[in-house]
Amino acid sequence: MREVMVLAEARRGELRPVSFELIGAARALCEQGAGEPVVALIGPDAEAQAGAVSLEGVQRVLVVPTPQAHFEAHVAQAAVEALIEQRRPSLVLAGHTIDSLGFAPAVAARGEHGFAGDVTSVSWREQGALAQRPAYGEELIAELDFPGKETVILLLRPGAFEPTAAAEAGIEVERVELDLATAARSERVELREAPSEQRDIAKADFLLALGRGIGSADSLPRLERLAEAIGATVSVSGPLVEAGWASRTRKVGQSGKTVAPRVYLALGISGAAQHLAGMSRSRTIVAVNSDPGARIFDFAHYGAVADLFEIADELERLSA
Amino acid sequence: MKILVPVKQVACLREDFGAGAAGAGNGAVELAPDTLVWTPNEWDAFSLEAALALNEGGEGETVVVTVGDERAEESLRAGLAMGADRAVRVWDQALAGVDALAIARVLAAVASAERPDLILCGAQSSDAASAATGVALAGLLECAHVAVVEQIGPDGERLIVQRQLEGGAVELLSVGLPALLTVQSGINAPRRPNLRAIKQARAASVAVLGLADVGLDAGALASAAGSRTVALMPRPRGGGATLLDGPPAEIAARIAAIVGEAMRA
Ligand SMILES: Cc1cc2nc3c(=O)[nH]c(=O)nc-3n(C[C@H](O)[C@H](O)[C@H](O)COP(=O)(O)OP(=O)(O)OC[C@H]3O[C@@H](n4cnc5c(N)ncnc54)[C@H](O)[C@@H]3O)c2cc1C
Ligand SMILES: Nc1ncnc2c1ncn2[C@@H]1O[C@H](COP(=O)(O)O)[C@@H](O)[C@H]1O
Repeated sequence: MREVMVLAEARRGELRPVSFELIGAARALCEQGAGEPVVALIGPDAEAQAGAVSLEGVQRVLVVPTPQAHFEAHVAQAAVEALIEQRRPSLVLAGHTIDSLGFAPAVAARGEHGFAGDVTSVSWREQGALAQRPAYGEELIAELDFPGKETVILLLRPGAFEPTAAAEAGIEVERVELDLATAARSERVELREAPSEQRDIAKADFLLALGRGIGSADSLPRLERLAEAIGATVSVSGPLVEAGWASRTRKVGQSGKTVAPRVYLALGISGAAQHLAGMSRSRTIVAVNSDPGARIFDFAHYGAVADLFEIADELERLSA
Repeated sequence: MKILVPVKQVACLREDFGAGAAGAGNGAVELAPDTLVWTPNEWDAFSLEAALALNEGGEGETVVVTVGDERAEESLRAGLAMGADRAVRVWDQALAGVDALAIARVLAAVASAERPDLILCGAQSSDAASAATGVALAGLLECAHVAVVEQIGPDGERLIVQRQLEGGAVELLSVGLPALLTVQSGINAPRRPNLRAIKQARAASVAVLGLADVGLDAGALASAAGSRTVALMPRPRGGGATLLDGPPAEIAARIAAIVGEAMRA
């Protein structure tokens, strides 16, 4: 029987939540006939994590020890290439995460495997996998197939698939020794954790979320003042941090923090998938955007097509 | 340092492309050519700026390359106006609509001929958003690579780069050359060319190559491609927001009431 191989992702010795979603997706695909699920743990403390994948539908776990004490893209690449070579899985599932983006496309290109990233839905038919992913910047959905590909590597969007539940059943752990001693091509100088701040946006009940619609850093003091007046904490979208307008601690999204406040009041945020990844579980989402077609209106609870500064002024007046 | 900067002309749907226009019959969308608006990819201005900054005052050469039809020359000329030394465009009808892995194969053929010390790609393109072309290209060239980089600095013969991680953490890495980095948007302030530079770029020559010129054919592309698009469909709309309309004062009052209620609940 062919295998559906899940590349579990860990950081600092702990499995990241997307790993459980990958296993959930693998189970569903296996029920449709894609093969049997096998979970690969690649990393220094892989063995210690094996217990954590004692999950429904998981019988077999591959443990691949690596020489480095942390993720290194070229080591991961070499390990996955060797696993595909040895086991010829029908599917390899990994997260559409920054780590996977650092090696999976290289594996796919070198092996001429099937490949798709940011996959939001996938099914299996006799002819193989059928995947869906966004096209034209989320405006449309593209349906993809992979004719003639023995192995297809899919990077699944975090949050898009149901995670698997824990199970009592035992797992069979297989240790795979690979020669990875010289695979690394980069050296870690330092890992900097997200700096902590007194006002942690992840703990705030009410976020005033600012996006590129604010135009320039000059607008920030005035919006900070508004936040103060209405009792909200300021959070921002990615571009404001990259532009140096706001501290990294305030960023919401895939490469920022995940938040779920009671109220997420978004001013001038378009609603990109990577932003959504960090805030879609907010209890009440209110969006102000001058573009009626902005994607954020699709998932906000309340929306106003308006100039954010006009609304900000009125809100400040009301709270005075 | 010789730096190769792949740039992409991206398509977005015209603003008035409504959900209504989509979904004829079986739910599939037909895209008429005039529904697309083409612009240079946002991310590529940042990778080019990073390249120009690294080569500032040095002996280096910065080359922009695109895989695209004539429309894509806008991206190349924007790059030339910013200060790139040369521009290369590769095109063949067989390249229409191909995926990131097939594009990477073509870029690999160009890079093998150009032999750059460093390749700077965008972290992603705003239309395909594969976020895959750069690392796929590095895989084919067997050079070191780091994805989603937000700082690049020289370190003797090597580079020190900072890559983003989920949750606000960052990793500092040292990589040797040749290397390929994918660059996050917003990490620098791309220079704005003056009118003279724009005019010169308009008149500059762009090397145009066909598939055969880079040693490839349609068959090679077909095996390189990672996927095939079978259909385009309208995106599923979310629940949709309850729209608050009226003058700003009225909207603000509604928002204040909604917030007040949500905070008490
Ligand atoms: C690997 C990777 C990781 C990423 N991680 C993150 C992340 O963690 N967090 C994140 O946010 N992004 C992240 N991004 C970036 C993401 O793809 C988007 O580029 C970003 O979220 C867009 O931010 P924005 O909505 O503020 O800006 P834009 O998309 O530019 O939207 C600005 C909006 O403001 C509106 N607007 C303009 N003027 C006004 C006005 N006067 N009044 C009202 N509205 C106005 C516009 O209509 C527009 O919709 C990541 C990207 C990559 C490749
Ligand atoms: N057709 C293309 N021509 C040149 N470079 C490209 C092309 N497509 C993608 N790239 C490069 O790959 C990056 C990421 O694109 P993508 O993988 O499509 O998200 C872009 O920012 C470009 O640097």
